[in-house]
Amino acid sequence: MNSARLQPLTYWLLLLIGVAAPMLFPDYTNQIAVLWLMIVFALTWDILGGQMGYNSLGNIFFFGAGMYVSAVTQIGLYYDVGMYTSAARTTHIAFSYSQYFTGFALGTVTGGLVSAVLAIGVGSFVFGLRGPYFAIGTLGIAVAAAELVSSWEWVGAASGISLPVFPGGPETQKLFFYFLLFALSFILLLFLRWLYSTNFGLAINAIRDDEEKAEGMGLHTRGYKRTALVIAAFFLGLSGAIFGNMTGFIEPRDIAFPTTTFNIFMVLMVLLGGKGTLWGPVVGAVVFHVIKEVTWTYFLGWQYVTLGLLIVIIVVYFQQGIVGWVMEKYPERFGIQIAPKEPEEIPRTAGLATQPGGAE
Amino acid sequence: MSVPIIEVENVSKSFGGVIANRSVSLSVPRGGITGLIGPNGSGKTTLFNSIVGYHPIDSGSIRLEGREISKLRVQEIARLGLLRTFQATRIYGKMNCVQNMLISIPHRKAGFFDMFASERGEVVERAEHLLAFVGLYDKRFLRAGSLSFGQQKLLEFAMALMNEPTVLLLDEPTAGINPTLINGLIERLKRANTEFGITLFIIEHNMRVIMNMADVIYCLAHGELLTSGEPGAIQRDQRVIDAYLGAH
Repeated sequence: MNSARLQPLTYWLLLLIGVAAPMLFPDYTNQIAVLWLMIVFALTWDILGGQMGYNSLGNIFFFGAGMYVSAVTQIGLYYDVGMYTSAARTTHIAFSYSQYFTGFALGTVTGGLVSAVLAIGVGSFVFGLRGPYFAIGTLGIAVAAAELVSSWEWVGAASGISLPVFPGGPETQKLFFYFLLFALSFILLLFLRWLYSTNFGLAINAIRDDEEKAEGMGLHTRGYKRTALVIAAFFLGLSGAIFGNMTGFIEPRDIAFPTTTFNIFMVLMVLLGGKGTLWGPVVGAVVFHVIKEVTWTYFLGWQYVTLGLLIVIIVVYFQQGIVGWVMEKYPERFGIQIAPKEPEEIPRTAGLATQPGGAE
Repeated sequence: MSVPIIEVENVSKSFGGVIANRSVSLSVPRGGITGLIGPNGSGKTTLFNSIVGYHPIDSGSIRLEGREISKLRVQEIARLGLLRTFQATRIYGKMNCVQNMLISIPHRKAGFFDMFASERGEVVERAEHLLAFVGLYDKRFLRAGSLSFGQQKLLEFAMALMNEPTVLLLDEPTAGINPTLINGLIERLKRANTEFGITLFIIEHNMRVIMNMADVIYCLAHGELLTSGEPGAIQRDQRVIDAYLGAH
C-alpha cells in the first residue's frame, strides 16, 4: 500500500529533477549528464548481475561497440571512413546541419541495434560459463575488443576518431546531450519497471535463485538469458553512441572500452546501491558519482586509492547495498514478508497434517 | 493395465569405473503410483536423473508415451510433461511463494512474446488454490527461502503441480520431513494422483509410506533391478530383505 502510493511520486520527482537540474546548476550540466549515463550503466548491469545472477565484467564492450558503430555510420554516410580517419588530424571536415543530425540519429539507432545483435553472438557462447568463469569470459571480450580496435587502422586505431562537430553553440550542445542522456536513463528505468513486473522478471529471478531447478521446470532459460543480454546491450549501445558524440572524440582504451574505469564503476554502483532491486542501481549511481566527483576534485592523485578502499568496504561490510539494507530494515514497506523465526515447528505442522485449513 | 507411460529398457550408466545402473528395465503404468526402492547407493537417483535427461545414458532406451527421450535435454523433457522434484528441496529462495508458483506455469507452447506476459487473474487463482491445497496459503507472500524445510518441500510439490505434468518423479518426498507432516503429504500425493490424474513415480526410503501408496514397486540393488511386484509381495521377498540388511 505504502510503496504503491509512493511510487508514481518518485518517478515524477525524478522527472522534475532531471528537467530542472541544468537550470538550477548550469555549471554542472556535464557532470549531471554523466550521472545519467552512470545510471544507465548501473541499471543495465543489474539486469544480468543483480536480477539474473550473472556477474558480467564485459558490459562495456556493448557501450564501446555502440560508440564505434555510431561513429562509423555518421561518417560513412557522407565520407569514406578510412580517408576520414587518416585525414581528420590534418584537415577540418565539415558536416552540415542536416548531415549532422541525420547522421547522429541514424548512427545512434544503428549503434544500439548492432550492439543488440552482437549480444546474440556473445550470449551464444558466454552463457556456457557460470560464476567467476562467466565474469572472466566476458571481461576477455571487452579487453579483446579494445585491443582489436586499437590496431584497426580503418577506424583510426589507437589514435581514435574525431566525430562530426555539433552545429550549434556550446550551451546548446551541453543541453542537447544532457537531455538525451536523461531521457535514455528515464526511459530505461520505466522500461525495466515494466519488464520486471512481467514473467520475464520472474524468470530471470528464478535463474538467479536456482538455474538448474528452472531448467528442470521446463523454463526456456537460454532464451531468457540471451534476451536479457540483448536488452542490456541495446541500451548500452545507445548510451555509447550518445556519449561518443558528447565527448566529440573517441578512442578505444580510455573512452570506448575503459575496462578499468566505467566497466568497474558499473559493478560498484550496483553493489553500493543494492543489486537485484529496481532503484538500487539508481541510488548507487548517484551516491557513487558524488563520491567520485569529490575525490577526483579534492584528492586528485589518490582517487584510485579511495576507489579501491570503497570497493573493499562494500564487498566486505556492505554487500546488500543501500536499498538492500533499507529493504532488510523495513521489509513490510516493500511488500516483502519474512517467515517469523519459529523455534517450535511441531504444533503448527501437526495442525497442517490432520485438520484441513487449520494451519494457522 | 493400460499402456505404460514411461518405459525404461536396458538402461546402463556408469561414472568412471563405477557402474550406477546396469541394464535396468522397468515400466511405469499410466495413471498409477509406482515406487522405486533400494538401499543407499543402489542407483535410484541415477535412474531418475537418466529419465529426466540430467545426464546422457551409456546405453539403452527411455520412452515417454512411446517417444524416445533419452537424447533430449532436461528442459525439453520437462516441456513434454515429465517433471521431477529434488531430494534436497529446490525452490527459488529470494522470491515469495506466489512468485515461485507463477513462474512454474507450463512452458510447453511458450513463444517469444510469452516471455513478457504478465500472469494475472486465472493463473494467480490457480496458484493460490494449489498453495491452499498443500497448506501454504497463509504463507503465500512469505519469501520462500525463509520457510522451513518441510514447507519448502510442500512448495516444491505445489510448483510441480502448477506445471501440469503428466508424470511426476518424486525423489524421497518424505525425507527430512517432520513425521507428523508425513500423513498429510501422503494424502496430498494420493489426491494429486486421483484428482489431477498425474502419474507418480516415487523413490522412497520410508517403507510405511511406499507400501501404503504404490500399486507396483521396483527394487534396485547394486545398480541392477532386483525384483518388482505389488507391495505385499515385495515386503515378503527374501531378496529385498537381504539387500537392505546386506546379506549376500
